[in-house]
Amino acid sequence: MTAGRPARRLEGLAFVTPFLIVYLVILIYPLLMGFVLSFQRADLFGARTFVGIDNYARLAADPVFHQALGNTFKLTLLIVPALTVITLALALALNRPTRGAAWLRGLFFSSSVLSVTIVTLIWRFVLTPDAGLVAEILQAIGAEPIPFLSDRNLAIPALAVTTIWWSIGLPMMLFLAGLQQIPEDIYEAAALDRAGRWTRFWRITLPSLRRTVILVVMLQTAAQLQLFGQAQLLTAGGPSGASRPVVLFIYEASFVRWELGYAAAAAEILFMLVLLVTLAQYWAARPREGE
Amino acid sequence: MLGAMLMAAPLVWTLLLSLKANSELMRDSGTAFSAPYTLENYRAVLQGSSAFRWLLNSLIVSTGTMIGVLILCSLAGYGFARLEFPFRRTLFVFVLLGLAIPEQAVILPRHQLFAALHLHNSYPGLILPGLAGPFGVFFMTQYFRAIPRELDEAAMLDGASRLRIFWKVLLPLTLPAQATLGVFTFLAAWNDYWWPLISATRSERFTLTVGLASAQMNYAQTSGLGFLMAQAVFASLPILIVYLLFQKQIVRAIAGTSGR
Repeated sequence: MTAGRPARRLEGLAFVTPFLIVYLVILIYPLLMGFVLSFQRADLFGARTFVGIDNYARLAADPVFHQALGNTFKLTLLIVPALTVITLALALALNRPTRGAAWLRGLFFSSSVLSVTIVTLIWRFVLTPDAGLVAEILQAIGAEPIPFLSDRNLAIPALAVTTIWWSIGLPMMLFLAGLQQIPEDIYEAAALDRAGRWTRFWRITLPSLRRTVILVVMLQTAAQLQLFGQAQLLTAGGPSGASRPVVLFIYEASFVRWELGYAAAAAEILFMLVLLVTLAQYWAARPREGE
Repeated sequence: MLGAMLMAAPLVWTLLLSLKANSELMRDSGTAFSAPYTLENYRAVLQGSSAFRWLLNSLIVSTGTMIGVLILCSLAGYGFARLEFPFRRTLFVFVLLGLAIPEQAVILPRHQLFAALHLHNSYPGLILPGLAGPFGVFFMTQYFRAIPRELDEAAMLDGASRLRIFWKVLLPLTLPAQATLGVFTFLAAWNDYWWPLISATRSERFTLTVGLASAQMNYAQTSGLGFLMAQAVFASLPILIVYLLFQKQIVRAIAGTSGR
């Protein structure tokens, strides 16, 4: 056995090497390059000069970036709490072994398998004032059509509604899975104590779902901080930047204006925000005493 | 139930629009609520548009990504779960750290890297980024760890090589995990938007997501609302079929991530 040992040990490395190469070249190397790039001024032709923290200083003073950051926070704050409450309510309502419930679960999950382009295509013609579904309904009851996507106060709520419709499936399924894990006998004990529905929900269901709630909130926060396609396709960030999120800012800085260093710096800031959320999740979901 | 109606309304509306003649919708989109309905738009999608080409591209890219991920992650998962080699734990943690890296932190330099390698507007260029995600490695490692060690030890006593044990004994046992990881990878690759948007700039390399986005942007010049909606329905059919076929795997995988 001992004779073959060094070869055996390298054999293990051979199994993981193919993935490691792809991982290093396509994820880690660009990550490091992005960090370097954020301290450079770079143009389309590849000329690079180090400019220190200039890009970050410029971001700190750029009202367009501030607006984008604000929009991203607004979208996240609109979407995450609403999505969490709605999907929890849906999971509670649909946690039944009937055919009807299974069918409805399928319906609510179906939108999440659609791509962002199909979702925005659908919602464009729900919301648009000249041919949209909402406009038709408003006209039918004698009201004026509302230009949701080109009104500066309505563009962000419109994006939020679209996103909620699109993302409802995954958190609902997570809550359903969480509900399945709560042991029946706890509820039976509560029934003996004559606990009401609300008491049972607040005392048993919600505490048992603590980890799922944390998971849903954090996953969704990380996802919505990176919201991109909906805004690019539905409103193009408009009107005049009123619905431009940070990722669209990064996209425009890099692939429209080709200010690569500046875009990279903005990307690093967003990366730090997402990282903070991820770390907060690990911290919040850590096992507590008695668990 | 009100919620179900709100959920279904946009889908039904899309379907209705796709079944109406473009000229009628031009006049008033409210006509979508009443007959006559026609399959004219679907005929136009099947005949004239680039949608077929985009569908084929999406199929190639998603299938390629899925196969690549299954191979790389199965090998790595087995390696991390079962074999001893230098720095095994360190490397595993190093891979897990990748879970915290969001796309926009790497997409710009990756775009430049692929430009330098002349990979844009090519299938490898669209497939490779999907192979670098660490989730599959984590998932497969967990699955291999859950298989009883007695199985490989018995095979080892019979003198089988590591590769043979992996291929003949353990891999068949991971089929449920392969199905789950496969479906998820396929869905993610099919629906990916940002990378194909910047990597595939020529129409003949568009995936369906990017193709539909370009059709949507040029909406004013295209052949009309009904046609556009028929394209959307056509584009969502394959993925809805995949979803219906693999619903069980999808639900099981989601239940798995919330466990513990």
